[in-house]
Amino acid sequence: MDYKLSGYKRTDGTVGIRNHVLILPTIVCATQAAMNVTKLVDGTVSVVHQHGCAQVGVDYEQTFRTYVGMGLNPNVYGVVVMGLGCETHQGQSVAEEIAKRTDKPVELVSIQDHSGTLQATAEAAKIATRMVQDASMIEREPIRFSDLIVGTECGGSDACSGLSANPAVGYVSDRIAQSGGTSILAETTELIGAEHLLAERAKDDHVAKRVYEVIEAMENRAFSMGVDIRTGNPSPGNRKGGLTTLEEKSLGAAAKAGSSRLNELVSYAERPSEKGLVWMDTPGHDIEQLTGMTAGGAQLVLFTSGRGTPTGSPIAPVIKISTNSLMFETMNDNMDVNTGTIIEGKETIEEAGERLMQEIATVASGKRTKAEIFKQHDFGIWRIGPTF
Amino acid sequence: MRTHVIMRPIDNVATAITTLNASDTVLVDGFDDVTILSVDGIEFGHKFAIVEIKQGTDIIKYGEIIGVASCDIQAGEHVHVHNVDGKRGRGDVNDGLQTKRIQKN
Repeated sequence: MDYKLSGYKRTDGTVGIRNHVLILPTIVCATQAAMNVTKLVDGTVSVVHQHGCAQVGVDYEQTFRTYVGMGLNPNVYGVVVMGLGCETHQGQSVAEEIAKRTDKPVELVSIQDHSGTLQATAEAAKIATRMVQDASMIEREPIRFSDLIVGTECGGSDACSGLSANPAVGYVSDRIAQSGGTSILAETTELIGAEHLLAERAKDDHVAKRVYEVIEAMENRAFSMGVDIRTGNPSPGNRKGGLTTLEEKSLGAAAKAGSSRLNELVSYAERPSEKGLVWMDTPGHDIEQLTGMTAGGAQLVLFTSGRGTPTGSPIAPVIKISTNSLMFETMNDNMDVNTGTIIEGKETIEEAGERLMQEIATVASGKRTKAEIFKQHDFGIWRIGPTF
Repeated sequence: MRTHVIMRPIDNVATAITTLNASDTVLVDGFDDVTILSVDGIEFGHKFAIVEIKQGTDIIKYGEIIGVASCDIQAGEHVHVHNVDGKRGRGDVNDGLQTKRIQKN
């Protein structure tokens, strides 16, 4: 099948499928001012978080990489970085890094430099208004699947996830890889028990070794807590849905990776340098994973669920896919596509997968997902160190 | 209407894709018919044993190990957290060796 997609071609060669102006607070103290701007200026999005100060080392770097990655995402036309002024994650450093790596408009507003919330909000809103107007002048053009980085994730899984929605996403992941695009597999926690199957498909020994390294590091975090990981994962909802152990959940989750060769293993919020199937090292936490993938450049995310979930991203459309028909009806407010038809024998994995390809093309071209309509702007950074 | 799926021929559990009641008899290809023993039945999405599984035996789904039987399980019984332990991420039973190894690195 030939699908038609449209998007916004950026001057740096990347392609966006949305055209947001991002108001990016680099510190928790600036999140309220950033939200003020989104209330004043249509076409802007922002995030609420609790980070940006008293962080050190690799934890500082990971949060920094996440902020910068959000700004760099091709769905973002321009960025207004908002800081307080005295924080560890200086707004200026984040703004400079984004400006260095792209030519999109980036401006900085610091609350302390603008004598407080009111003037900082006014200044940021003034800049954002100009950016939104400029963004609105850009027209969509035809794009291809090869322009896309598609994130894949499962959350609120049930025992059907590995039978219907995840294999259908696996089919799509293979199709995207064959088309020259990139598909991200993530949630390292939920690949514990399935790592051998993915290592076998690694491009080379280095990638295979990295697979075992990230799995070991994640499992060791569980050991260090001194409890059975099952006390937190699979979650109570997963267990109610029939998932018994983490290994069972993992084997179902791995189905999202299809059967393509695993070309690269990237760190949290790191942009893949390879095309095809790429593994990003993230926790299983839905929002932290979603944030990592979008900060890594994913313009669109496929999210499968058996229990149902409202999850969405401020900058990327999230297509939510139900594993069973019952939940697609009961949680229809939040779900976009049903693959329960596979379990019922009404559709093959390939047929459901092609339906998903069509939905990706339509959503990329502007159709709004349920999460976008509900302004479900979830954001959460995977912290890997203590706050000081 | 299918009642259950078995992912691989070597699996020892099936996943119910419709709610099964106690005493329902389920036809399982290549095995004896299985009568559902659990008094509460098997909910949609939950697993039941298609053969007898002795305590300490691996539970196999997708042709892979998903855990280990924590007690003897009869064919037709509900297979879930009450009679299956996970084998991975077990900080509660680990002797700490792996934790020490990563710390040394």
